[in-house]
Amino acid sequence: MTEDQLIKELGSEQKYEFGFVTEIESDQAPKGLNEDIIRLISSKKKEPAFMLEYRLKAYQHWLTLTEPDWAHVDYPPIDFQNIIYYSAPKSKPKLNSLDEVDPELLRTFEKLGIPLEEQKALAGVAVDAVVDSVSIKTTYKEKLAEKGVIFCSMSEALQDHPELVRKYLGTVVPYTDNYYAALNAAVFTDGSFVYIPKGVRCPMELSTYFRINEQNTGQFERTLIIAEEKSYVSYLEGCTAPIRDENQLHAAVVELIADEDAEIKYSTVQNWYPGDFKTGAGGIYNFVTKRGICKGRNAKISWTQVETGSAITWKYPSVILKGDNSRGEFFSVAVTNGMQQADTGTKMIHLGKNTTSLIISKGISAGHSNNSYRGLVRIGKGAENARNFSQCDSLLVGDQCGAHTFPYIEVGNSTAKVEHEATTSKIGEDQIFYCTQRGLDEETAVGLIVNGYAKEVLNQLPMEFAVEAQKLLSISLEGSVG
Amino acid sequence: MLSIKNLHASIDDKAILKGLNLEMKAGEVHAIMGPNGSGKSTLASVLAGKEDYEVTEGEVLYHGKDMLDMAPEERAGEGLFLAFQYPVEIPGVSMVNFMRASLNSIREYRKQEPLSAGQFLKLMREKKEIVNLDDKLLKRAVNEGFSGGEKKRNEIFQMAMLEPSLVLMDETDSGLDIDALRIVSDAVNQFRSKDNAFLVITHYQRLLEYIVPDFVHVLSEGKIVRSGGKELALELEEKGYDWLKEGVGA
Repeated sequence: MTEDQLIKELGSEQKYEFGFVTEIESDQAPKGLNEDIIRLISSKKKEPAFMLEYRLKAYQHWLTLTEPDWAHVDYPPIDFQNIIYYSAPKSKPKLNSLDEVDPELLRTFEKLGIPLEEQKALAGVAVDAVVDSVSIKTTYKEKLAEKGVIFCSMSEALQDHPELVRKYLGTVVPYTDNYYAALNAAVFTDGSFVYIPKGVRCPMELSTYFRINEQNTGQFERTLIIAEEKSYVSYLEGCTAPIRDENQLHAAVVELIADEDAEIKYSTVQNWYPGDFKTGAGGIYNFVTKRGICKGRNAKISWTQVETGSAITWKYPSVILKGDNSRGEFFSVAVTNGMQQADTGTKMIHLGKNTTSLIISKGISAGHSNNSYRGLVRIGKGAENARNFSQCDSLLVGDQCGAHTFPYIEVGNSTAKVEHEATTSKIGEDQIFYCTQRGLDEETAVGLIVNGYAKEVLNQLPMEFAVEAQKLLSISLEGSVG
Repeated sequence: MLSIKNLHASIDDKAILKGLNLEMKAGEVHAIMGPNGSGKSTLASVLAGKEDYEVTEGEVLYHGKDMLDMAPEERAGEGLFLAFQYPVEIPGVSMVNFMRASLNSIREYRKQEPLSAGQFLKLMREKKEIVNLDDKLLKRAVNEGFSGGEKKRNEIFQMAMLEPSLVLMDETDSGLDIDALRIVSDAVNQFRSKDNAFLVITHYQRLLEYIVPDFVHVLSEGKIVRSGGKELALELEEKGYDWLKEGVGA
């Protein structure tokens, strides 16, 4: 079936705009996971020896683990031997100019709204484009280098800055952290690497665009962002995948390190293929570990996520507040529709004195979907005067969906102040009628109401992407009323 | 302009309107009065197309078109406006954005070009003066944190923006102090023309001192039991509604 037929079949109930496949030859490893595959990945990427060693240790550890089942999601067991762990568009690697990028891939990104020609790109946004297992192009590299900023794919970082990777990789999310973190450490293929030197304010938004293209491949990306003292960076990732009947696994690890007085702002607009609207067939399993550490005093890490895609989302971007006076923030909008399931939230681990954290979560469930917020606020013994405020709101559209909140609070210091507020509301028929009486059709009305509901979070996104995210919210909820 | 014939409507299988007839021409102001529970607000909701109500019998023609077949947004596009008795709040959606989306979708329905941001803001500045609506309110979310009176003025402001041909006012006077009542009435009187018509639903005669109707109808138990000129409102004020019920029975 061609993509056009597929889209037609999905009808007006759901428009996943990015469901096309790029016809391009790719260099793939055979299906399955074993030490040979890991050696193959490492040699394909010409990695330094320490990396292979690390991968193999992670793999051995992974073999001792069992898949976690505590999340409020339901799916058949994953056959890890039926996944392709390495797939790269041929004609790579190392591109010195855009002329060497396959024109088919350029068109793909053009179609996704991410032009890779610098003159066409959004002003002030540098992009790293990752297809399946590899990065195909990073824009504005030279311009960033003038300021000492390193922005490249993880593969390149392993070639050009192995000492930095070695120093930081796995320090925030060790491979022993959890099942998917171990798997990722063993088989990760690419991702972005960002290094902001001391005192530098990164002059543009950095952004990575992840695209899964090939069938049966998993995407295991690894991102590492290091912000030295008094530096600042804002980073955004976006992701899409073709419409396919099978589930595909995306298990990423993201590590952020913010030193004294540094600030990292990390935004995600996640729009993986969510699976069939009615049957739930296909779609991406998005099992991701994201964590940052505020290492020094006054460091700040802020996560903003707009999650609209994926069949299953399992993700808790977290902050370890180690430095005194450091701050962690988490702003989230998670939309589930059709048969989607999401279990997402954050962990704020307060260790330093006077540390503060803020959690704003807006869950929106429609169709037959299930949407859970799961969050942990832990105040360590030494975290004098730590403060947390959490607000978790759930909005229900229709009466076939579910919203759940699982807040965990652990307080080990009596000077701490932790506040948690939660609300659940149904989208009001009166609100919809008010809008339709003013000439808006029902879907526009729902889009408007939901965007209003999520505004606090959308306001946190870099301006270039806020408009995109608003449209995405409205599109994700099409077919949810009437 | 509007022709209602033998309209029956129910909610949750409970009949509320039981054979209502009403004819309205352009340029006219009709008042609907009646005791609580007589079906006044139901009439407004049914005409605007609220889903909870089921029309079981009868027809409503608007400019000769079958209105009962249209979705609420189509009725709005055709020029129907309902000033709500209880305007809802829509958190996070600014009045400015809401109004622009509303105006432009109605213009789209009428195959008119959307207004540019500049044109739109100019129009809004003009219209807000009419109802003396504070700038601050327009920057806030729709009806959020508005006082009762501000909500009602906001309804009339929206009416002025959208320039409908048929305006249903559902107890717009409730919750208004005398100054606000005067502002709202002045705005309505200013907007009245030979091309539009008003259906003013009210429990009290007070509003009709300011918005003087051409016809007054008394609604009781889902039917219009009596119609007359503006003097009928005074009579009702004096005698209450009970004598009418007895009158029907006799």
